[in-house]
Amino acid sequence: MAYTPHTAADHERMLDAIGVTSIEDLFADIPPAVRADAFAVPPPLTEQEVRNDVARIAGRNRIPEISFLGAGAYRHLVPAVVGEVIGRSEFATAYTPYQPEVSQGTLQSIYEFQSLICELTGMEVASASHYDAATATAEAALMACRLTRRNRVAISSAVNPQVRQVLATYCSGPGIEVVEVPADLAEGGSGLTQVDGAQRILDGSVACLVAQQPNFFGGVEPMAELGDAAHAAGAQFVTLVEPTSLAVLAAPATYGADIVTAEGQPLGIPLSFGGPYVGLMAARMASVRQMPGRLVGATRDAAGRKGYVLTLQAREQHIRREKAASNICTNQALCALAATAYLTAVGPAGLREVAELSMTQARHLAAALEERGLGERRLGAPYFAEVAVRLPEAGRRHAALAERGIVAGYPLWTHYPELTDTLLLAATELTSDEEIGALVTALEEVA
Amino acid sequence: MSVVDRPPAADASGRGAAFASPEAGDELRIVEPLIFAASAPGRRAVSFPRPSEDAREAATGQPALPGAALRTSALRLPEVSELDMLRHFNRLSHLNHAIDLGFYPLGSCTMKYNPKVNEWAAARPGFAESHPLDPAAVSQGSLELEWLLAELLKEISGFGAVSLQPAAGAQGELTGMLMTRAYHRSRGEGELRTRVLVPDSAHGTNPATASMAGYETVTIRSNERGGIDLGALREALDDHTAALMITNPSTLGIFEDQIDQVIAAVREAGAIAYMDGANLNAILGRFRPGAAGFDVMHFNLHKTFSTPHGGGGPGAGPVGVSDRLAPFLPGPLPLLAAGDADEVRRNAWAGRSTPGSRFALEERGERPTSIGRVRAFTGNFGMFVRAYTYIRANGDAGLRAVSDDAVLAANYLRVRLADAYDLPYDRVCKHEVVFSGRRQKREHGVSTLDIAKAILDHGIHPPTIYFPLIVEEALMIEPTETESLETLDRFVEVMHAIARQAETDPEAVKRAPLTTPVGRLDEAGAARRPDLRHDFDAA
Repeated sequence: MAYTPHTAADHERMLDAIGVTSIEDLFADIPPAVRADAFAVPPPLTEQEVRNDVARIAGRNRIPEISFLGAGAYRHLVPAVVGEVIGRSEFATAYTPYQPEVSQGTLQSIYEFQSLICELTGMEVASASHYDAATATAEAALMACRLTRRNRVAISSAVNPQVRQVLATYCSGPGIEVVEVPADLAEGGSGLTQVDGAQRILDGSVACLVAQQPNFFGGVEPMAELGDAAHAAGAQFVTLVEPTSLAVLAAPATYGADIVTAEGQPLGIPLSFGGPYVGLMAARMASVRQMPGRLVGATRDAAGRKGYVLTLQAREQHIRREKAASNICTNQALCALAATAYLTAVGPAGLREVAELSMTQARHLAAALEERGLGERRLGAPYFAEVAVRLPEAGRRHAALAERGIVAGYPLWTHYPELTDTLLLAATELTSDEEIGALVTALEEVA
Repeated sequence: MSVVDRPPAADASGRGAAFASPEAGDELRIVEPLIFAASAPGRRAVSFPRPSEDAREAATGQPALPGAALRTSALRLPEVSELDMLRHFNRLSHLNHAIDLGFYPLGSCTMKYNPKVNEWAAARPGFAESHPLDPAAVSQGSLELEWLLAELLKEISGFGAVSLQPAAGAQGELTGMLMTRAYHRSRGEGELRTRVLVPDSAHGTNPATASMAGYETVTIRSNERGGIDLGALREALDDHTAALMITNPSTLGIFEDQIDQVIAAVREAGAIAYMDGANLNAILGRFRPGAAGFDVMHFNLHKTFSTPHGGGGPGAGPVGVSDRLAPFLPGPLPLLAAGDADEVRRNAWAGRSTPGSRFALEERGERPTSIGRVRAFTGNFGMFVRAYTYIRANGDAGLRAVSDDAVLAANYLRVRLADAYDLPYDRVCKHEVVFSGRRQKREHGVSTLDIAKAILDHGIHPPTIYFPLIVEEALMIEPTETESLETLDRFVEVMHAIARQAETDPEAVKRAPLTTPVGRLDEAGAARRPDLRHDFDAA
């Protein structure tokens, strides 16, 4: 299948105009020693053939009928209207709005996105998007280093392990030291970040404290206390949050967050094996000049018409080059549009329903397992919509259930050796009573 | 993210219906109000089920959230009907130019047609509903697709190994620089090699990336032919050099005709040769950077392999590497855990699964030399599906035709526009050609910005302007291979008409654009008085 329109006659005409006899002549500047003449890519396919090929591969995935897997990516309803909006090819096949006069659709939707993220978080400024929560959090830590002119970063070990790994990678280049603040994972422990542990680590060399709300185990952290600990040391408080939880949990600005990051995937973006998702970042206006990523601002034209433009670009790589706040260029704009459409579609009542139903079903799930004596909550703190449950022979039963099309959450011991036999089980508004019942039955059957 | 291709209702100008005159009377005249204007308490588009009696009762025995943790501030999301929100976003979409509406020769961005079957592919439920942490036993399809795409990218680029993880080109660059750092460190030269050489024609991301990776940037000047100055390069290379980052073909659209000598000089100095692969669309099947001796290159799947640009992403920026950098690739990599690679490939290209084959992700800590993760999970998977579909549909012959026709189109515009605009580097180009508007500026006071705005009035997206920085009043034109000769000829006519108008009526060019939803916007004012969000309190 070829997507090029040129006929043999077109080729003739173009070659004539250029004054060469063959297309080969246009590649004569490639030194012969390194010129390639072929590659072993398989031959072209028709649409019918390529569909069969893709269908074969997609068909090898056995999508679980029932899943309690979250741990950073969540199965939520994607309202049909969200797919309709991002499917508009006027959005999908445009690029970065370098020419604002013909990009007002993209620009205004980003301004609305920034407005919605500020409203959710209570913060003053939100960027146009980052690759995902992990990179947004890593960039937030680097931003805190620039703001404080310090070069150590403290992060709670109750933050999503993948986020911590990405943070470590980003900090390795400029040589920023990463220090972990312990969480209380002892037998009978809360599973929360240790505030006194944070206080011990935070000193005049630490640029920020990074904490997650709810944390990786679903636990609701004492954010105000952690924020106080950071501020007492003159450090920034960087908080990684889950966006649907903000219908129920306090807006980060109200507990003193300086930089807020989040994974926007729960807001209308399919799981799609891990991407594309969208990283959110919001901050205080006073810090905006150190903020990475694109920003859209409102302005007007000569006739007084309101319009939107990319603004404060003096932070960005195409202007500042080696002095830029970040190298980020292409981001996740279409996914940010999905989040904008999602938040618009569900509104405040819908977001609250999603959060409350997810919480209720997580509690239903935990209660059902406890009631049947199948498992016990391993960590004591109140949780949002994910719960750590210990059950005997969890590894074997997790694998056995997967064979039956049930994914019984995320095996926590792979990252936290002290959490033996403990599974992290997530519920969302899509988790039904029947699915909880099926999990209980299946666990009993593979006991 | 299926693309529903539906042309907007057009008015006489051929543009979207939302180009109607703004209403008078408002202090600021509004083309399309913010969504918040359509909000009324109690309206809604989507609702969710109530929890069952059983669920609520079961939940009461579980710990309640502490009061201090609860939200007390307002949550003023819009409250709108589904129809009103759909109309709002549809009307906004009409304010955009897009590939699916018209010519988009934005240099360096490869705005080619995004085939719709790719959207069909990414939307397969087997892919869209695949959780990134699902056990490998249930994710064989996702893992196979990643493995096969990496195999195809290896073959296309000539590199021995590929990681798909980076989310965009700039992140691919960062990955490359962090691997460079890890490589030098592994040889005990981590402290010694502190500088990265970057030609003056480079994308801004290159020096920004080098800084993010903790390197100092040294700029290498271009020669009068638009290539890298080999003498200046050799002079700058020493045992403090960590890497050269070079875009090839360059941002001038010119293939480095001494690229073999450039690579040899870099390697001889013990440095890493990084190729920015943003312009790979020009050289498919003609130049394989890995085979030619480069150590690392990022691919832009959204450029070369035609995944939709989405108004600024998502993209995907996999990296290919030479054997000496392979140990440092970010992980986890998708692996063929059981089965013979040749047989699996052969079967896959014939549309068959290989019995007994099995795919897996690297275990954590399996490759301790890895620089680690650069993002969560394994990458922008939805883009992998689209790029894989595109490569398979095109096949070997199609991919070669992509570059042939992209280069042909750019050279056609080079010769057709050379009479109207200055061509600072008048030689065969690759996928893009860079003109200068300096003649129009000097002789008629018409800047490249004015020319770009005048192009808008013809329903065409302007080229990239004022880049590369080494060309005065630059106009960087990348037509791509998917535009017909008729479209190219019309663009030539438009560019000639604007050049004539610059001579005869320069003020008219400076007044452009007149047909767009808004005129030139006050960008300085936007930066001076930042208005970055809706003010709910004032509303």
